[in-house]
Formats: sequence, C-alpha cells, structure tokens
Amino acid sequence: MHKSVAVDKVTSESLGITQNNLFRNNKRWSETIIKAVLTLAGIVSIFTTIGIVYELGKESLLFFSLPGVTLKEFLTGTVWQPVIGKFGVLPLVTSTMITSLFAMLVAIPLGLGAAIFLSEYAADKTRKVLKPILEILAGIPTVVYGYFALTFMTPLLRGIFGQENVEIYNMLSAGLVMGIMILPLISSMSEDALHAVPRSLRDAALGLGATKLETSIQVVFPAALSGIISAVILGISRAVGETMIVAIAAGSGPNFTFNPLKAAETMTGYIARISGGDLSYDTPDYNSIFAIGLLLFLVTLVLNMISRHISRKYREVYE
Amino acid sequence: MKNPLNLVSTTTYGRDLNLEQRQKKATIWKALFRLSTLVGVVALAILIISIVNQAFGLVAIEDTNDRNDFISTSIKEVTKTELIQLIETNLSTNRVRTLDREEPLVERSRHDLMALVETEVFKQRIVDSYSLFGSIFTPNTFRDQVAKKHPEAIVEFKSWFTPQFLQESMSKTPELAGIRTALFGSLFLILITISVAFPLGVSAAIYLEEYARQNTWLSRVIQTNIDNLAGVPSIIYGILGLTIFVRAFEPITSGRLFGYEGANGRTILAAGLTMALLILPILITNAQEAIRAVPNSLRQASYGLGATQWQTIWYHVLPYALPGILTGTILAISRALGETAPLIIVGAATYITKDPSGLFSNFTAIPIQIYNWTTRPQQEFRNIAAVAILVLMFMLLSMNAVAILWRNKIQNKR
Repeated sequence: MHKSVAVDKVTSESLGITQNNLFRNNKRWSETIIKAVLTLAGIVSIFTTIGIVYELGKESLLFFSLPGVTLKEFLTGTVWQPVIGKFGVLPLVTSTMITSLFAMLVAIPLGLGAAIFLSEYAADKTRKVLKPILEILAGIPTVVYGYFALTFMTPLLRGIFGQENVEIYNMLSAGLVMGIMILPLISSMSEDALHAVPRSLRDAALGLGATKLETSIQVVFPAALSGIISAVILGISRAVGETMIVAIAAGSGPNFTFNPLKAAETMTGYIARISGGDLSYDTPDYNSIFAIGLLLFLVTLVLNMISRHISRKYREVYE
Repeated sequence: MKNPLNLVSTTTYGRDLNLEQRQKKATIWKALFRLSTLVGVVALAILIISIVNQAFGLVAIEDTNDRNDFISTSIKEVTKTELIQLIETNLSTNRVRTLDREEPLVERSRHDLMALVETEVFKQRIVDSYSLFGSIFTPNTFRDQVAKKHPEAIVEFKSWFTPQFLQESMSKTPELAGIRTALFGSLFLILITISVAFPLGVSAAIYLEEYARQNTWLSRVIQTNIDNLAGVPSIIYGILGLTIFVRAFEPITSGRLFGYEGANGRTILAAGLTMALLILPILITNAQEAIRAVPNSLRQASYGLGATQWQTIWYHVLPYALPGILTGTILAISRALGETAPLIIVGAATYITKDPSGLFSNFTAIPIQIYNWTTRPQQEFRNIAAVAILVLMFMLLSMNAVAILWRNKIQNKR
C-alpha cells in the first residue's frame, strides 16, 4: 500500500503533471462557475413560488385589513358585492364547484371509457390514430373552447331545455365544454397507467376464464387505480383553475345559485373580469382578486399534491 | 385486489350469471368504451365544424349612403373615368392621396375601382350575417329575415377570411377589422418568452439531470417545486406578472429606466416575462426527459477519455438531447401562444392599431382579440372571431406537426 503510493508520486512528478495541475485547477474553477450558474437557473423556479406566495399573501393581508372584511365573513358570506362592502366568497365558490362538477361528470366516465378502450381493446393501429386525435383536443387553446361553449353549446342547450329556462350565459354550458377539454387529460394519463400493468396479469385472468371486460375492470383497472385517481384529481384541479371558458360562457356577475342553467361568475371569471378593465391599484376590488387568487392557489396546490402523493405512494410496482 | 378466481365460479355481478350473460355484458361495455372514445373524436370534429360554420356564410349588405344620390344607373354601367371622378369628389383629399400612393387610381382595374366606390363612397356595411350550414341548407330563411328587417340590403355569400384580414389592424367595423396587430403582438411575445425561458429552462434541466444526481436537498426542493408549479392555474401567473413585472419592475418594463416615455408597465416585455415563467415548468420537464434519454454509456465514454463534467455535457449530452429538447420547447411555445388569461391580467390592450415596435410598446395578441370579439354582442364580431381562431389553430397545428415529424424523424434515425 505504502509502496504503491510512493511509486505514484514518482511517476506523476516525472511526467511533469505539476504544470498540468495548474491547468486542471483552472478548469475546475470554470466548472464550478458553470455549475453555480445552472443551479441558479434551477433556483429561479423557487423564486417564482416565493413570488406567488409572497404577493398573494401580502395583498390578501391588505384585503383582510380593509374595514368590514373579516375572514369569517369572507368564507361564509353569500353576497359578493365589493361596492357595497359585501365580501362573501361563497357565490364564487359554488359556481366554481358547479362548473367543475359538470366538467367531471363529462370527463371522468368518457375519459376512463376512452382509456380502457385504447389500452385494452383497441388494435395497435386504431390506437395510433385515435390517441393523437385526443391529444389535439388537449392542445386547443381554452379561449377557443370558450367560443365553442358560447356559440355552439349554449344554443344547443337552449334548444333542448327551452329559451326561457336557459340563460344566454350559464354554468352548464361552460361545465360541459370544460369536460370535453379535460377528457384528453384524464384519458391519456389513465391510459398510461393501464398500459403499465404487466401482461401477465391479464393473461392470468383470461386463463382463469374471465371475459375481457372482467379482466379489464376487475384485474387491470384496480392495478392501475393509483394512476387513475391521480389523473382524476389533476383533472379537478384543472377544472377549478380554468379561466377562459367560464369567463366567456358562464356569465359575469356573482350569483348565489345552485341552478346550473343560470349565469354565475366563478372565482377565475371574477379575477379575469376585474383585472380586464382599467383596474386602479390598491382599491378593494384590486385587493380582492388576490384573496380569491390565494384561495384558488391553495385549492389547486392541495389537489395537485394529493394527486402526486397518490400516484407515488400507492403505485403497484411490478417486476 | 379481488381474487381473480372469483370470476370463474361466481362473478361479482351476481351468482346466477351464466357465461352467455357475462359475454353479453362484455359486449355492451365494449361498445360503451368505444363510444366514449368516439365522443372525444366527434367533439373535436364538431368544434372545428362549428368554427368553420361561423367563418363563412351569407351576409346582408346595405349602403349607408344612398347610391342613387351619386349615380343614376347601375354601378356596372358607370365608366372608369366616372368612377375615378366619384372617388375624387366624394372622399377627402387626404384619403385620395393615400389611395393614389398605394396604387395610382388611373392604373387600377375597373373591378378594384368599383369595390372602392362601394366601400368608401356608398359606405357599404354588413347589417346581418348567417352561418355556413344555414346558408347552404336554408338560405331562404335568411333572405326572408333580411327582406323584413333591411329591405334595401343585398344578400351575398362572404368568406370572412380575406387577405385583408391578415393585413388590417383593429377596427370598430367588423368587416374592416383585421388581425395584423395581434399577429405581430403574438409573434413578438413568443420571441421574448422563448429567449428568456429557453436558456433558463435548459440550464435548470441540465442541473437537475446531470449535477443533482447526488439527490441533494436543494435539487429535491427544486424538483418538487417545479412539479407543483406545473399545476398552478395560468391565471395565478397573470397575478404574479401583474404585481412583479407590471408594478414592482415598472421602471424597467415601462422602459423609463432606459429613457423611453412609457406610460406604464403594461408592456409586451412584462407579458413576455410572465409567459416565460408560465412555460418554464413545462419546458424544464420536457428538457429533463430528453436529457434522461441520453444513454449513460455516452457519458462514461467521455469521462473515460478524461473530459470534465461540463465538457461531457456540452459536447456529448446536449447534442444528443437537443432534438428532444427542441421538440419539447415547441410544445411549450404552443401553450404560450394560446394562453389568454395571464395576458388579460397583465393588461394586454384590446383596442390598438399600432404594431408593437419594441420591448416597451403596448400590445395585443391573437387570443386576446378572439376573447374580445367573442364577448361582443354583434354576430359579425363572432364571425371574425371564428376566422381569428382558424388562424390561431393553423399556427398551433403547424407548430405541433413540425414537432411531431421532427420527433419521428429522430426516432427513426436511431
């Protein structure tokens, strides 16, 4: 041991590496700088989060320090009229929940049905054609979906339920179109999860005499459940945060109603409308969009974290 | 998980089900699964058709000025010199000069002059419009309706998409309005977004994939953070852009620091930076995947030859990963191109007729124009909104097609 070290020393000195060492040190120095720069680029994303939390928090505090605004009233009040000092966020929350509910009523069954079909039933060729088509659906800008809701879905609903029952702007139309928008997200994520289930499980079930349906629903589906649930939760988070469809088709003006055929503004719709006009800074209106933004941010953040937690923790791992 | 053995003797659907019934059930459900996939495809088709449906169709045109005050016969019988005379006497000298400069009136075709007289002298305006399918299948409904409401009007077929639509800027009259300013705004915005987000995103991805393999606490925090940011609604980014780029950095984003007489921070620079933050998580994730796909043997060979870590990354990892990174970048850009909500919050102007001239100019973008036109009550604005959507979708689809073809080409090569 001792001997070999000594030999190393001799050879390296005799090869004149001392001079090279200087060069190499130089290089290490530049390597360090590069690494530092790259690390900084990564840290920018942390600053983004800090920026979001700080700004939303700061302005929300200003909002809650306004005379007449209390956290209790904010969370339980059923009237949102900043002009007359009524700050109850419930009308905005209920309409967000109603549009999201209808979106999920469309997106979950259709998305899962499509995922099962593509993963379990469709021939490879069919899958190669259908999957990109659904992906196109995912790439369409939301403002286009908003246009679609207003110019196609709303007239259709008014034709079905009667002009007098359905308002020009209504939550149902926005919710249904939002469901179409979220469908590809759920189908593609669930399909990935189903696809990852090993073939041997299917073969075993089929070998035991199960039909294809029984194999898909009772063996493959439960095995992929964590991925599917996380897809659904991500879909809900998308629906809650979606802005343009509801801003165009769900109506402007908060309305505390559970009737999906009526117009009611969602949280995102409110933020878009208030900031879309000539917004003057540091007014109750201005501060209020931050309080609502903070609520929105927290809800979507929690949903996303649950989604990722489920997909990681409960994933069935196969060899 | 349930015991699959269950399936054979008894099913969870009930003990009495025999094989025939089980298979019948399987067929029904198979049809349902197929149906739900079809619904998605049909929805896409309906969406595209309903937009095309609004982009073409019958229109009713009426003169604002009574043409009998100007000519006594049909316009088709008016000679070319008389047409020029009509233009010169009835339009302001400035307008005549502008027209002359574009192309001398004398050299213009008769058809061109007739169109000029109709739009500028008689001030023809579209007073009503009809959908494409309505125009094909029930044109008479529209004709009757027009005859009742606008007895003077003529009904003709119009494509709302015209070359002028791409060349003209905003106007209060739908048929004269165009998308030029918005098109330039969108392109400029993308340019700013990408020149900020691309270097930042790729650097962060390199850090996470190449340097942070040791799994330090910092890299874990960054990774979790990026995953979380990817799920933040775009409108929240708009709020962030409003407070940081529009308000806090106002001296910079309005250009005042550099001697520009900017009015406020609601400039294309502020919007571009906001968009950059928005697409950063997507870009990083895509770039990470591309870098992760680089075979480890490549790195080891490079290290074996004595290269440093950065040399390995720069000369071997990045060139190999670049096509994948670029494909991911294109997909991220297409997200930014269609994004509307953050732009509304950051304060894109809805009525603006000047092309963006620099980093500190006010701007509008195609999605903003679509939103603005869609929310107006007049049907004609919906028609041009449909055309703007077609333009936007064409841009998006061609970008995505390039990305997909590129990806396939690379995959085939390897």
